[in-house]
Amino acid sequence: MQKYRGHHVRHWPLIAVLVALSAPLVVMYVYQIIDTVTTTPAGSIIPDGLTLHHWRFLTGPLSDGGPTIWSLAGNTLVFASCTALVVTSVSLTAAYALSRLNMPGRGFFLGGLIVLHAFPTVTLIVAVFLILQYMGLYDTLTGVILVKVAFELPFGIWIMKGFYDSVPWEIEMAGVTDGADRFTVWRLLVLPQVQPGLAALLIFSFLSGWSEFILPLVLAPANAPQVLATYLAGIIADDRFADFSLFKAVSIFYALPVLVIYLIFQKKLMNIYGGGTKG
Amino acid sequence: MRLVLEGFTKRFGDTTVIDALDLTVADGEMIALLGPSGCGKSTTLFAIAGLHQVDEGRILFGNRDVAHVSPQERNVGIVFQNYALYPHMTVAQNIAFPLRVRGERVVEMDRKVREIAGLVQIGELLERKPAQLSGGQQQRVALARALVRKPDVLLLDEPLANLDAKLRMEMRSEIRRVQLETGITAILVTHDQVEAMSICDRIALMKDGGIVQIAEPAEMYINPMDRYVASFLGNPPIAFLDAMADEELRLAGGASLGAAGRLQGLDRLVLGVRPEHYGPGKGVPLEGVVVMLETHGREDLFEVELAGCGRLRAILPAGSGTRIGTNVNWGIDMDHIFVFSPDGRRL
Repeated sequence: MQKYRGHHVRHWPLIAVLVALSAPLVVMYVYQIIDTVTTTPAGSIIPDGLTLHHWRFLTGPLSDGGPTIWSLAGNTLVFASCTALVVTSVSLTAAYALSRLNMPGRGFFLGGLIVLHAFPTVTLIVAVFLILQYMGLYDTLTGVILVKVAFELPFGIWIMKGFYDSVPWEIEMAGVTDGADRFTVWRLLVLPQVQPGLAALLIFSFLSGWSEFILPLVLAPANAPQVLATYLAGIIADDRFADFSLFKAVSIFYALPVLVIYLIFQKKLMNIYGGGTKG
Repeated sequence: MRLVLEGFTKRFGDTTVIDALDLTVADGEMIALLGPSGCGKSTTLFAIAGLHQVDEGRILFGNRDVAHVSPQERNVGIVFQNYALYPHMTVAQNIAFPLRVRGERVVEMDRKVREIAGLVQIGELLERKPAQLSGGQQQRVALARALVRKPDVLLLDEPLANLDAKLRMEMRSEIRRVQLETGITAILVTHDQVEAMSICDRIALMKDGGIVQIAEPAEMYINPMDRYVASFLGNPPIAFLDAMADEELRLAGGASLGAAGRLQGLDRLVLGVRPEHYGPGKGVPLEGVVVMLETHGREDLFEVELAGCGRLRAILPAGSGTRIGTNVNWGIDMDHIFVFSPDGRRL
């Protein structure tokens, strides 16, 4: 008992330092929430009244003819879900091929994967812009989804390849001698082994799509395909109309789904960092 | 079913791993492919299963050449060292998998699974997942899964290597019992000579991608073809001494072992002496000193340094009282030694 108490005492300085360092963050988060439901006189930090005015965006567009928050959320949801589904399904098959099949160009693809993984893809944006323009996909959600998927794929394939690599070859050998063809082996025997990776990648690419900002901003600046991230930026970009309390309210609206997903799926998400190794 | 390999050749890139290997396994026979790692025994097994492509030669199941038939159409059952059970399926689903991909009726599958599970004595484990089983139980499931489709050949790839010593002995006799009961032709790949000797009808001893000797275990032990075979079989292993022969057979240190006979005139020889053929009261006494002693309970294993010409092992019943450092005058039973040329040929 004595020993454990000693332990606690030794930790106090460390805890004090951590509290001091994180206090500004905590204060900011607290004010982020308080500011959205109160009015505060200029120059003061003490609120003087309650209001729901900053949440007015929930019930109608902020400016006449502007998008409603719900259509924006819908766009973002479509964008993030499509990204997640396409990234996951392509990664699932591409990674299997790279992990297991002795196909021509395997070395090239593997090398390309690593290079693209480390490549600052934003530098490609001008070229991508031109291609989308040429294909008639500029200013459409479909175009942004395609680009986002392309940028996410190296990561997705690499992660899934790690999961496939950890499935013992013998399981597939056993399946094949048991009489199943390669596709059946993949579907019935291998896929269930990489299921944790699949779930993690699905959530991860959804969140990545949800928080994407640069691509929609550059490739789909019109009102119709707008997503929450660009909308949020628009609120403070307009200097006649820089309403920080409104900005904070919209931010909370935007961040809530992410928090909820993290809370529900945090265990599954951790799998991605384990690289498929079984504990 | 009779299994024949004719001129089986396997290359990986430019390296020839197996060069024109011939092997015949009789119907219902259990044969061991024995050898150190890298000798090509698993490669041979995988080629029989169809997991490796055959570069040259024929593989006959009965009269059917399967060398270029896909593994799905070969009807072999295979048991791997790590069992390779499907972790997300129950034991029953694991065993039923080969039947399921063949599209058998559920009732029929259920009957066959129960029958085979009874044979390998895992009837009460059918609803468990592989992770809930011990190593020995997992190996039984793997065996059941390999056998449930009534394969033409049963292939066992180091099936006991992952088990602890006690379980290994138990599973060893279990595999043999099941093999005899089903009368299936079986090939056991192993690097453990005890395993091969104890449960197989014949042993094919392999080295560098070829078979050195095929014989029944006892025959191979008593009559090894060369130094490699002699050194591979036997536990504790055989010991070798350099020798020469003028009129008398002499050890390198000069001690005489008696008349040279047919060996006369060969000035470089290697003698192979098994531990049971060296000890007190056997043949010509030789001066030596005990340098190592291992107590095995029922027996003691000695290593004896002979004056200037190498070491011999002796295995004696426990309780002889001989200790490390004791000078001994034990002899070699000359009727049971093997004589090899310096390059390892049996003379």
